[in-house]
Amino acid sequence: MSTPSPAAGATREGPITPGLLSDIFYLMRRYPLGVAGAIIMSGFVFAAVFATWVAPLDPFTTNARASLAKPGGVYLMGADMMGRDVLSRLIHGARISLAVALGATLIGSGLGAAIGLACGYLGGWFDLIVQRITEVMQALPLLVMALVITASLGPSLQNTIIAIAIPLIPTVSRVIRSNVLSLREMPYVEAAKATGMSEWRIAIIHVLPNTLAPLIVLATAQLGSTILTEASLSFLGLGVPEPYPSWGRMLSESAAEYVRTAPWLVIYPGLVISLVVFGSNLLGDALRDALDPRQRD
Amino acid sequence: MAMDKTPLIEVKNLRKFFPIKKGLLRRTIGHVRAVDGVNFSINPGETLGLVGESGCGKTTVGRVVLRLIEPSDGAIEVSGRDITTLGRAELRPMRRQMQIVFQDPFSSLNPRIRAGDIVGEPLKVHGVGDKKERQERVAQLFARVGLRPAQMNNYPHQFSGGQRQRISIARALALDPGFIVADEPVSALDVSIQAQVINLLMDLQRDSNLAYLFISHNLAVVEHISHRVAVMYLGRIVEYADKASLFARPQHPYTEALLAAVPLPDPELQRTKVRVDGDVPSPIRPPPGCHFHPRCRYAEARCKVEAPVLKEIAPGHQVACHLR
Repeated sequence: MSTPSPAAGATREGPITPGLLSDIFYLMRRYPLGVAGAIIMSGFVFAAVFATWVAPLDPFTTNARASLAKPGGVYLMGADMMGRDVLSRLIHGARISLAVALGATLIGSGLGAAIGLACGYLGGWFDLIVQRITEVMQALPLLVMALVITASLGPSLQNTIIAIAIPLIPTVSRVIRSNVLSLREMPYVEAAKATGMSEWRIAIIHVLPNTLAPLIVLATAQLGSTILTEASLSFLGLGVPEPYPSWGRMLSESAAEYVRTAPWLVIYPGLVISLVVFGSNLLGDALRDALDPRQRD
Repeated sequence: MAMDKTPLIEVKNLRKFFPIKKGLLRRTIGHVRAVDGVNFSINPGETLGLVGESGCGKTTVGRVVLRLIEPSDGAIEVSGRDITTLGRAELRPMRRQMQIVFQDPFSSLNPRIRAGDIVGEPLKVHGVGDKKERQERVAQLFARVGLRPAQMNNYPHQFSGGQRQRISIARALALDPGFIVADEPVSALDVSIQAQVINLLMDLQRDSNLAYLFISHNLAVVEHISHRVAVMYLGRIVEYADKASLFARPQHPYTEALLAAVPLPDPELQRTKVRVDGDVPSPIRPPPGCHFHPRCRYAEARCKVEAPVLKEIAPGHQVACHLR
């Protein structure tokens, strides 16, 4: 957010304080909820990156005697049917779940924003054709489309991300397109045209940054649904293959069978998923506000 | 009007028809005749006031003259060179000579860009100077429009409406244009601020020999700033005259009615009431003959069939009316 002051210090005025560090401190005081979201998210990222060291037990080791062990003792969050430690599996699962969630959201939102920007700004035949394709995509349920894509590409982490990202594109591109349609009629866009600025630069400098707010809200909202889509795919055997743990599969596999007898198999993965969605929404809301100069006074 | 010099801007028979499209195949089923054969010229250092009620096409004229909207027909000559046939690349250098100031001071500045960068943007687009030189130029421009150079780092929302309009003017001035389209630049401002901005525009004109196309519906403002005035009605210019002549002796019934509608500051003063009834007809299906005849109290039989052309009835005073 902080751009270096172009001229001497005399030109500075208003609430803009010099230096990136003080900017960050200012934003932290301004958006305490955003800080909470950032802490939650970085906690998960930390767990994912250093899973091997953080996890108390091996997530793959089975132990028949510890089958469905209650939480407590060695198994802090209990053990599953095969006696594997739930906590360790959750920590290792962060790798896959976060990779899928962040990867799919970034790819889906990025492509969606690019397509929406192109459609809204260029209009004409390009827009017409892309919108009809979008409608066809929207007619298919997200999961069905993801299923078709993974079935044809084969199950792997990478293909799961692609399969979940592609169905996100229509929603994002539609929202961005409608936003761009109104933004391109703004007088400041006309003013830029009057100076002779190229259409491409106008789209990047004047239109795209003003679509940031809906884009961030959409992306953070989708983060949670991507984790759940991955769960469904894995449950159907088309997601990230066994024995690699993913939160979604841990939840969906045990939900039907063990919810009465071993509720910890459902509660902890559910809690972790909720926490990530919560954290990403807090962080997203704060980011949206922090990136808007109108909110910084 | 005897011209001893080439006008800076000369608009000849300008037309802009917006197609109305309908259905899946986007077939054109009609046109909005926003600008329908408009002629005028503006000399260096001169202000042409363009007045008319909402929807008469005056804003479209301003946009088309700068080719922000492509004209349907006609010629726009800038210093004798027709710009309607120029391609993008050829048009770019011409854009340095003509700029625009908008009505709404809020939507005319990108809320995410600092004021200094907004004003410096035209310089950047045309590659004027290096970063430091541009910075100095922007500071000069800020001072010139009555803002403090210290405000360059602020965002648009930190300025008042009048200050934002000054930023818009500074942006328009950045490339040292000879001609500025001012599209209702003061209509959105408080009256006290209006006077400041009008005075600023007039000072700038005096200092830099700027020419303005001043679009407005406020006749008092137009009378104050203009040298000549064109009155538009439904896509056509109905009267075109020197300011003094137009305000003293309006010839077209529409101009007459417009002037009669201007409120007088003295309540004791009584004026003959000239009312215009009804609304502006649709520019999709304008009435035949003189566009104004359905609302004109002098209308005769031939007004309904034959469209009047602008003719000079006194030196420097043209009017499009069969009865004059």
